[in-house]
Amino acid sequence: MTTGLLLLTTALKILFILLVTVGAFAPMLVWAERRQSAMMQDRIGPHRAGIRLPAGAADAFRASVLPMRLAAAASGAVGALLLLLLAFAWAADDASWLPVSPLELTATGVGLLVLGGILDVGSKIHGMLADNGGNISLAGLLHPLADALKFIFKEDFVPPKADKLLHSLAPIITLMPAIAVFAVIPFSDVLYLEHWDAVVPRNGVVTGDVTAIPLQVANLNVGVLFLFAIAGTGIIGAAIGGYASDNKYSLIGGIRAASQMVSYEVALGLTIVPCFMIYDSLRLEAMATWQHDNGVWGICVLPITIAFVLFFTAAIGETKRIPFDLPEGESELVGGYLTEYSGMKFGMFFMSEFIEVVGLAAVATVIFFGGWDLPFVYRDGIDFPGVWDAQLASFVMGVEYNGAVEGIDATGIALAHWGVLALGVVGFLAKIVALIWFQLLTRWSLPRFRYDQMMQLCWKGLLPAALGNILFTGVVVLLGEGAMQMAVWSGTFVVVGSIVFFFLPALKRDPRVPAGAQPAAS
Amino acid sequence: MFAVYLPVFIMLGVATLVAVGMFTATSLAGPKNMTAEKAIPYESGSETTGANHIRMSIKFYLTAILFVVFDIEAVFLYPWAAMFRSLGWVGFVEMLLFIVILGVTLIYAWKKGALEWES
Repeated sequence: MTTGLLLLTTALKILFILLVTVGAFAPMLVWAERRQSAMMQDRIGPHRAGIRLPAGAADAFRASVLPMRLAAAASGAVGALLLLLLAFAWAADDASWLPVSPLELTATGVGLLVLGGILDVGSKIHGMLADNGGNISLAGLLHPLADALKFIFKEDFVPPKADKLLHSLAPIITLMPAIAVFAVIPFSDVLYLEHWDAVVPRNGVVTGDVTAIPLQVANLNVGVLFLFAIAGTGIIGAAIGGYASDNKYSLIGGIRAASQMVSYEVALGLTIVPCFMIYDSLRLEAMATWQHDNGVWGICVLPITIAFVLFFTAAIGETKRIPFDLPEGESELVGGYLTEYSGMKFGMFFMSEFIEVVGLAAVATVIFFGGWDLPFVYRDGIDFPGVWDAQLASFVMGVEYNGAVEGIDATGIALAHWGVLALGVVGFLAKIVALIWFQLLTRWSLPRFRYDQMMQLCWKGLLPAALGNILFTGVVVLLGEGAMQMAVWSGTFVVVGSIVFFFLPALKRDPRVPAGAQPAAS
Repeated sequence: MFAVYLPVFIMLGVATLVAVGMFTATSLAGPKNMTAEKAIPYESGSETTGANHIRMSIKFYLTAILFVVFDIEAVFLYPWAAMFRSLGWVGFVEMLLFIVILGVTLIYAWKKGALEWES
């Protein structure tokens, strides 16, 4: 690879990461968190910041609601009718009486249904805009942007007796590593530049002279070590921020933060050792590839299932968020080490916390949830197992069904290289969103720990458990293939069991809250 | 080597640039009007007494020492874990000894009360 190409691809990849983390996920996270906490407290939450439209806009929006609804209903009805025709034809196993081919019929039907859905959502949005006096508030999505602008134009206050240099360095040292950890996170499979619009074989072996571009900024052989080294730098930011502020609250917060973060750093580092033993690598890209090639996500292998529970607990402690937010517990320390910060410097601490949440979700996705791997998506396209879908697919695609379920030609949809990679990126981002949501759920569900309880959880709970898990993993790996199979089965059992018995019941509506209860205006 | 590590340094540079950029923006754009009241260290309204760099509990320093011990353990475990399959049972027993010795350290610290915060 030439240096020019290397620089160009690196710049593009860094731009992508910045757009996704700093540009999209962190502000969305701020919004989601405020919005949800407002709902829990019966407030409306962030919704006022918006774009003002000219007078008369409200009337125009109101007038457009009814026509859009009618169009949506018509489009949906016709689409459903076409799909019904297709179902009749499939039941009769005879497509000859259809005016168009089954593929065209499917495409038109699904397209009309989607169009109807879009029009319906659009009419609802227009109705909301009309009720809002023609102002676009986007449910308060612009609030984080307004917040960021406000942060920049606030007074930049430095306490006169503070250590000026350290006070200024602290937010920079905190924010820099939060962004830099994304350097080793792979967001999709390797891109073979010359084959971008061809179908690559399933095992990923491409012959000939090709330029392989890993879709991660740097494919380091010490990826995880880099991750922890950089993430550990964040501790210094919190500690010197508290130390330099010339304030007792700040000092206590800073010391608490440093002590807590070093403790959880140890636990965090030890909890994921079982993953390296099973994946046989410290490369994050190799971990994702292992999970893709073996067709099993790490979370479904029993030692890694245990590791995930420990890792996630330790990681929430490391990001200093509820229930482990002792360094900034506002009922005791006002703002903790942030007390004497204002303006964007405060915003930088705030932002790095949210970017850390995204980073943690990204790391957990790669190590435990297969990274860019999606079920049924292979390097040469989408391929479902089983026979029924093969029959359906061959009917719709107009291909003779030949009974084979192995090759991609009979049952699946071959995809070009770029399509598979794009699907991988989408899957990776979707998993990150799911894990962020899980972290927010934790934050909203648990009360704050006491400091001694939190430290004991780390040193007396997580640390011995992590060491025990390392030894357990060693035995499982050394016992050979049969033990690994057992581990996969039992891990899958534990994961499915905890989803069925813990998460699904938790999604049920609280019976004490009547359905359709409206939040009071704040 | 160059091709692998150059992007890392670019990423570190970009991350630092973002941080410094935000920092500079707020330093330049924000108003500055310091008053005598504003300069007082914030303590929920009461006057501050004594030095602001107060003494801290010895527990925090003990935690720091324990961190050094166990973080180095983690660093030794990483290369071992990555080579685990090729080392086999011999490597397992060797690392078992290492973990047991550090486990004894942890139990010692535990029994000595280094992990207790109540007193």
